Amino acid sequence: MSAPILDVKGLEAWYGPARALRGVDFEVEDGGVTAVLGANGAGKTTILRALSGLIRRSGDIRFRGRPIGALATEDVARLGVAHVPDGRGTFTDLTVEENLRLGAYVRSDRQGVREDFDRVFGFFPRLKERRRQQAGTLSGGEQQMLAIARALLMRPHLLMLDEPSFGLAPLVVAEIFRVLGEINRNEGVSLLIVEQNASLALDLADRAVLIETGRVALSGPSQAIRADDAVRRAYLGY
Amino acid sequence: MGEFLHQLASGVALGGVYAIMALALVMIYQATQLINFAQGEMAMFSTYFAWKLIDLGEPYWLAFFATVLVSFIGGVVIERLIVRPFANAPVLASVIVFIGLSLIFNALAGWLYGYSVQSFDSPFTGKPWFGAGYMSAHESGSIVVTLAVLALVYAFFRFTPLGLAMRAAAQNPVSSRLVGIRVGWMLAIGWGLAAAIGSIAGMMAAPIVYLDPNMMGGVLLYAFAGAVLGGIDNPFGAAVGGFAVGVLGNLIGAYLVGDEVKLSVALAIIIAVLVWRPSGLFGRRLVARV
Repeated sequence: MSAPILDVKGLEAWYGPARALRGVDFEVEDGGVTAVLGANGAGKTTILRALSGLIRRSGDIRFRGRPIGALATEDVARLGVAHVPDGRGTFTDLTVEENLRLGAYVRSDRQGVREDFDRVFGFFPRLKERRRQQAGTLSGGEQQMLAIARALLMRPHLLMLDEPSFGLAPLVVAEIFRVLGEINRNEGVSLLIVEQNASLALDLADRAVLIETGRVALSGPSQAIRADDAVRRAYLGY
Repeated sequence: MGEFLHQLASGVALGGVYAIMALALVMIYQATQLINFAQGEMAMFSTYFAWKLIDLGEPYWLAFFATVLVSFIGGVVIERLIVRPFANAPVLASVIVFIGLSLIFNALAGWLYGYSVQSFDSPFTGKPWFGAGYMSAHESGSIVVTLAVLALVYAFFRFTPLGLAMRAAAQNPVSSRLVGIRVGWMLAIGWGLAAAIGSIAGMMAAPIVYLDPNMMGGVLLYAFAGAVLGGIDNPFGAAVGGFAVGVLGNLIGAYLVGDEVKLSVALAIIIAVLVWRPSGLFGRRLVARV
């Protein structure tokens, strides 16, 4: 068994003086998918924000064996951690193509970037049709596709997604999760997915972490989490 | 008719100076939602630097480009050392810092170079390139220089990766950091660029308004009026507004109110725009749900 690509131990995070995470442990296998589940306000989004260094955090965070807990946001990104934030983080005044070019901002391999443009347009043909359009005029689903495409242009080793299904029609959600599965299986990009839609996330994930008021309530293989009756009733709502 | 065309032409020439000053203001405003009140004094100080180089016998264009480069570096250093520590401070703290900066540059220029008015030579001599009879050689040259600056700034922001990153950082700093853009440096470069194009405005204005530590006070006021008129969040609008204010100010000064109260035209424009069309001619109206 290879070392995990992301290994988190004792993660704590603060909003101002308020502590939002109280020692969270979990990992993402290299090439694996970990789902972060939990109720509203449990701290799921906070975990991603802490990993990216957008808020004050402490704890032992190792990405590909390297401690990243003291790095600035842009340096975490430059190591190959792509974060698709909640609200999608669209550059609304820029065109679709400019949004994508920003994803490739730190790369200098022009040929590879060109290939990656074709690759993400293959995943999301609608973005290609709208490449000259102002990104703020896209529908919610298209903006989510754009956010994922922008993240893929970073050529990340780890893709972190904050509620990619939020507010989208079921058909669009299915399309997005199909693409995420392909990216993970065919290109070996590891995924860390925060989701409200637990059933959807567990289908994709090999491991799951259940967060409750800033702590890990339960973690393990997604099969086991799904099978646990008490968990299902209390957290997963079906 | 000849007199009218003459007033119009010199209005366009001065308007070009206001346009690039307005552009400098808008560049900082877009990134920080703050007006840099020291922009004019920074440009004045740069112009003295050019004057000193020319005085020491350097050729004009060498002094010109050296001044632009030094102003760029100066802008970056000011952002890093003086503006950065106030990044999260209340708006009024930043305003005080800007006013303080403008006083410092004003006093520094007076202390180093004296308060007496100096003439500043134009590189454009002889016959004007166009508009002969209605404008001086300097005015025609200044129009060409300001249009070239506007075109270069447009091309930089529109076509280069760094320009794109700077627009992104101004618009959405969090998303920018998440794709690896060093947002802090983008801000510093923005200050550098604003200082650099401000220095060009100063060097183009100096042969007309003459060089003294207070030369840019009026220019900054007109530039601000131009930026407000065109839309403070729109670089294109600000440039158009700068030209419009230059022409309006000249015509109203010549035919309606006289040169003595010309400066109040700028104030009247600011007030009129804020009353009737606060977002400016080309600005975007922001509607917030509360």
